[in-house]
Amino acid sequence: MEVEQTALPGIGLRHDFTTQSGKRIGVVSHRTGRRDLVVYDREDPDRACEVVKLNDEEADALVELLGAPRIVQRLNQAHQEVEGLVSLQLPIPPTSPYVNRPMGDARVRTRTNASIVAIVRAGQVFASPGPDFMLASGDIVVVVGSADTTSDVAHILAEG
Amino acid sequence: MHHTAILFLEVGAVLLGLGVLGALALRAGISPIPLYLIAGLAFGTGGVLPLATSEEFISVGAEMGVVLLLLTLGLEYNADELVTSLKSNARAGIVDLVANAAPGAICALLLGWGPVAAVAMAGVTYATSSGITAKVLSDLGWIGNRETPTVLSLLVFEDLTMAVYLPILTALLAGLSLVSGAVTVAIALGTVSVVLVVALRFGRFIEAFVSSPNNEVLLLKIVGLALLVAGIAQQLQVSAAVGAFLVGIALSGQLAHDAQALLSPLRDLFAAVFFVFFGLQTDPVKILPVAGLAALLALISMITKLMTGIYAARRAGIAKAGQARAGIALIPRGEFNIVIAGLAVAAGVHPDLGPLAAAYVLILAAFGPLAAKAVQPLIENIAKRA
Repeated sequence: MEVEQTALPGIGLRHDFTTQSGKRIGVVSHRTGRRDLVVYDREDPDRACEVVKLNDEEADALVELLGAPRIVQRLNQAHQEVEGLVSLQLPIPPTSPYVNRPMGDARVRTRTNASIVAIVRAGQVFASPGPDFMLASGDIVVVVGSADTTSDVAHILAEG
Repeated sequence: MHHTAILFLEVGAVLLGLGVLGALALRAGISPIPLYLIAGLAFGTGGVLPLATSEEFISVGAEMGVVLLLLTLGLEYNADELVTSLKSNARAGIVDLVANAAPGAICALLLGWGPVAAVAMAGVTYATSSGITAKVLSDLGWIGNRETPTVLSLLVFEDLTMAVYLPILTALLAGLSLVSGAVTVAIALGTVSVVLVVALRFGRFIEAFVSSPNNEVLLLKIVGLALLVAGIAQQLQVSAAVGAFLVGIALSGQLAHDAQALLSPLRDLFAAVFFVFFGLQTDPVKILPVAGLAALLALISMITKLMTGIYAARRAGIAKAGQARAGIALIPRGEFNIVIAGLAVAAGVHPDLGPLAAAYVLILAAFGPLAAKAVQPLIENIAKRA
């Protein structure tokens, strides 16, 4: 797939590409932070027949919707490719002792050698969370390590 | 009545009137520029409500308006964009220059106004209003279109041409001899290249000096710097407008973006004053005799712009419908044309030049955006047939 980048002097940048089904779509990034999602006309390939104006917040939301499952999926694929490395998605139960506590309190790395690489909350991915990241009930912790160490992490997050 | 009281009454009434006209323009979906010009005609000599004391204030405000217009225009582009567009679109840019400067120049020569007026009129018909065109593109949802980069780079090319053209015009209008005129133009070109190089290589130093987390400080520094450079440029006969434009180009990135947001209310105020001032200087009675000529000139230069857009878009591999859109987007004329005519009027080139330019811009600033809207369905037909 080839993404074409075009400068729009005074406005910003445009990226566009053709999907497998033959639709041409693009994103105009204004310098003001506004994003336009554009869909090109089949009959008149130069015309944007549909323009969706997105503000910062809306653009972020769209990125999350399109990106979050993909990132987790890709993480899993990447780790499955390395033998002996396991990636698990562990939900934080409401009964976990770490609900509403910073992630660092669990000292996962020191105790198990496994790493927490991301936290998924309400469909949003927080990649490489720091030790002061506050865990909440319902968060999904993406942990990478060996089969043993990752199951240790599951135990720690559930019971302390 | 006290002098200050009259001044406030007049300026207040003018600005309030412009506000009301602006609201009307917004509702009709046209640029407010033609309405501002009409307001100026009404308040000026021979108008219905001639102003008594505020003309001097308005004339200074108008000068500030030109500086701010050009400063914010310069802020829109950074030096990289200018150089890239110069390299990749030089050919279309030159076609644009030749095809659209010709109608004005030929018109002035046929009328027997002389070579200096011909150079001024060439500028009046040449420059597309980047402000109005940008608004047309955004209003009609054409920004994402594939012909839009072509249109925008033509606008960049025109603006850059202005940086060379304005000093030449200023020198000619000042009636300098061939030698001192050549020196002035050389100074101008030198300054433009130096500023471009400085902006490309050392832009961050200027930015470090100007930038400030405080909006008030930033505003004062930028306006101060722009006026200072504009003053120096004027003194060197390079034209104040070009000085301000170059200051805008030298600033880029986040700083330029912040500055633009800060300056735009100030620019809107003084630019409106500028259009009124141009109207003030023009006697409405003199417009009628040149109205037919202005309409003819508008028609011819609409066609030449349309052709330019089609040519440039075809070179960029755009299909027929897109070519037509590129041409139509380029039709509106506005602020630059009035800036150029204003310089010529101030130098007293020919008494009919002001009224002709005013009528010409009135037509194209109002008609350009409307034309774009009106032909939209027609263009869709072209696309279906193709």
